[in-house]
Amino acid sequence: MLNLFLFVILPYVAIILELVVSIYRYYNNSYKFSSLSSEFLESDQLFWGSVPFHYGIITILLGHVIGFLFPSHVLAFGAVPVRLLIIEVTALIFGLLALFGLIMLVKRRMTDPRVQVVSTKMDFFILILLLLQVASGVGTAVMYRWGMNWYAISMVPYLKSLVFFKPDMSYVASMPWMVKFHIVNAFLIIAVLPFTRLLHFLVLPVHYLWRSWQVVIWNYDRKKIRKSK
Amino acid sequence: MDIRAQISMVFHLDKCIGCHTCSIACKNVWTDRKGAEYMWWNNVETKPGTGYPHRWEDQEDYKGGWEKKGDKVELKGAGKFRGLKNIFHNPSQPVMDDYYEPWTYKYSDLIDSPEGDDQPTARPVSLITGKHIDLKSGPNWDDDLSGSEIYAKNDPNFSVLDKQEQEDLFKLEKMVMSYLPRICNHCLNPACLASCPSGAIYKRGEDGVVLINQEVCRAWRMCVTSCPYKKSYYNWSSGKSEKCILCYPRIEAGEVPACMHSCVGRIRYLGVLLYDADKLESVVHMDENKLIDGQMDAIVNPHDPEIIEQARKNGIHDSMIEAAQKSPIYKWVKEWGLALPLHAEYRTIPMLFYVPPLLPIMGNVSENIYDNKNETYFTSIDQCRLPIKYLAGLFSAGDEGRIRHVLKKLMAVRIHRRGESVGDIEKEYVAGALKEVGMSPEMGEAIYKLSSLCTFEERFVVPASHREEAIEMTKMVLEQKGEVGFGFSDRPDRVL
Repeated sequence: MLNLFLFVILPYVAIILELVVSIYRYYNNSYKFSSLSSEFLESDQLFWGSVPFHYGIITILLGHVIGFLFPSHVLAFGAVPVRLLIIEVTALIFGLLALFGLIMLVKRRMTDPRVQVVSTKMDFFILILLLLQVASGVGTAVMYRWGMNWYAISMVPYLKSLVFFKPDMSYVASMPWMVKFHIVNAFLIIAVLPFTRLLHFLVLPVHYLWRSWQVVIWNYDRKKIRKSK
Repeated sequence: MDIRAQISMVFHLDKCIGCHTCSIACKNVWTDRKGAEYMWWNNVETKPGTGYPHRWEDQEDYKGGWEKKGDKVELKGAGKFRGLKNIFHNPSQPVMDDYYEPWTYKYSDLIDSPEGDDQPTARPVSLITGKHIDLKSGPNWDDDLSGSEIYAKNDPNFSVLDKQEQEDLFKLEKMVMSYLPRICNHCLNPACLASCPSGAIYKRGEDGVVLINQEVCRAWRMCVTSCPYKKSYYNWSSGKSEKCILCYPRIEAGEVPACMHSCVGRIRYLGVLLYDADKLESVVHMDENKLIDGQMDAIVNPHDPEIIEQARKNGIHDSMIEAAQKSPIYKWVKEWGLALPLHAEYRTIPMLFYVPPLLPIMGNVSENIYDNKNETYFTSIDQCRLPIKYLAGLFSAGDEGRIRHVLKKLMAVRIHRRGESVGDIEKEYVAGALKEVGMSPEMGEAIYKLSSLCTFEERFVVPASHREEAIEMTKMVLEQKGEVGFGFSDRPDRVL
């Protein structure tokens, strides 16, 4: 029963919350749809937190997504031990980078008096969730090696079963507790995401790459006004 | 030809008395809010001095503005690749200590303190943390401190002066200062706009005011870095960037911006300029010494029938064209060629122009007699206390000839008026001075009148905004009639 709640109900609730709330907020409360930057108040410590965390977490997340989308390719690629070793070591390094950054970010938010002023309870809550997530991820990588392979074999089918609305818990039921925690915590993060500063990654300014340099907006077209008379 | 209108400004620096009334007016209207305490959309600096934020002109540090590399012009500290690369931590973004930490005083201590041997004092408390702070800097901290070791000596513009010239400026007898009021330049090639990853910043087509859409701003803060004038500010409480809005709600109602309306020295002029937007791209790519010529060339004559026709074709309202014809800015900038943009070398094509200062009034002491007449007309300009080179660094992208020419013209007006009102100078001398700068007596008189005797209506020509026509496009007029104000549907707080 607990498993059913944690591995089937929670994921669906999390994703529905994520989608509904963030879309609602984007259209109704766009003003707060960003991360409240505190670099203006404190810059030096932020560098040692934000930069390693972001580069670490983005690489790791990308790894998870690639494994999810192309499990057979990943398995085939990992069939050569040297390649597997290289991927595992790289992933561990980026995981540790993210962990180091997070610890710096938590420390900064807890100790700097100026940053404390702009910190909310939700900021600490999401930081702790992220810290647990990255720590359990790094822990899994160290204790249950060759995750690249067993992720493709036993985790991807579980995630796919969720995607195709045929939830199958048998893959996760036998996993060690640390992996289970990693899964549950991940869905928890997705669930609270639209209520936190993490929202900012949904509005990545990608369109900046192809927009023209200058933007001119006419509030009203006087040519049309002339013609209408 | 793509004719557009721009509301533009001229500040006459000879008239600025450094009273900061403009700053206070702006502060009271716009930035007296949480998160904006440290912001001065309008500030007045003492030059030579470091300014606000500290040493803002040092672009090697702050990385503001555009930079020409070969044939290409790119943003110095932001841009599509560099901006996104630095999005997790922006190394060139100024932090609070580059401006100052805003504070108030704990006045209740004056009343609540228990009886003791000493008078109670109101200690300063930070407006950020609420804790006691030791004041290290503040608004106008270096006011009137030219000649000082800490402030004047660290002026980034000093790099063009040689050692002797620098030392001269610190001698008690030769010390000099001038005020430099600054607001957003509402540039034609705004770097803040080009650097905004969210696309929240835009230039209004109707009047050229550069604005930040608070709903779209996502606090990437690239505008703060890339504005070379540091006139885009980050609100640490709302998490949005803010800047001077040229009091557009006032302008739309036909009123004059608060800073200009309140100007005690009456140094400020506001009016419309028409410009050819097709020329801008080539202007931005010009060599440094041609930038100002290019900008002047892009500003077009509002009396030219062909220009008027093109402007009408572009949908510019007749009242806007009429305002452009009456514009005092056009006179200062184009007809008289007396007003120059600040730091044109940043390539943003700023649309706020300055009449460079001529002060102090120059003269010679010979045989203990003070004399302000010279053998030739303008030798004293080169003996000016503020070196020409320094002024050229500020207002003409290093071109000393251009500054010298402007100062000569200003001097010729003085000689002309001295001849008129005191009459102790020979007519030939006056005529010679005017002739050397190519100025007719009528033009000299007109410059004198707009400098000294100008009325409110002559200084500010605000075009009608015709919002009534805009409303008809989208709304029922009678419905609109019952509505007031503008602003947020939501409180701008961040608790979540």
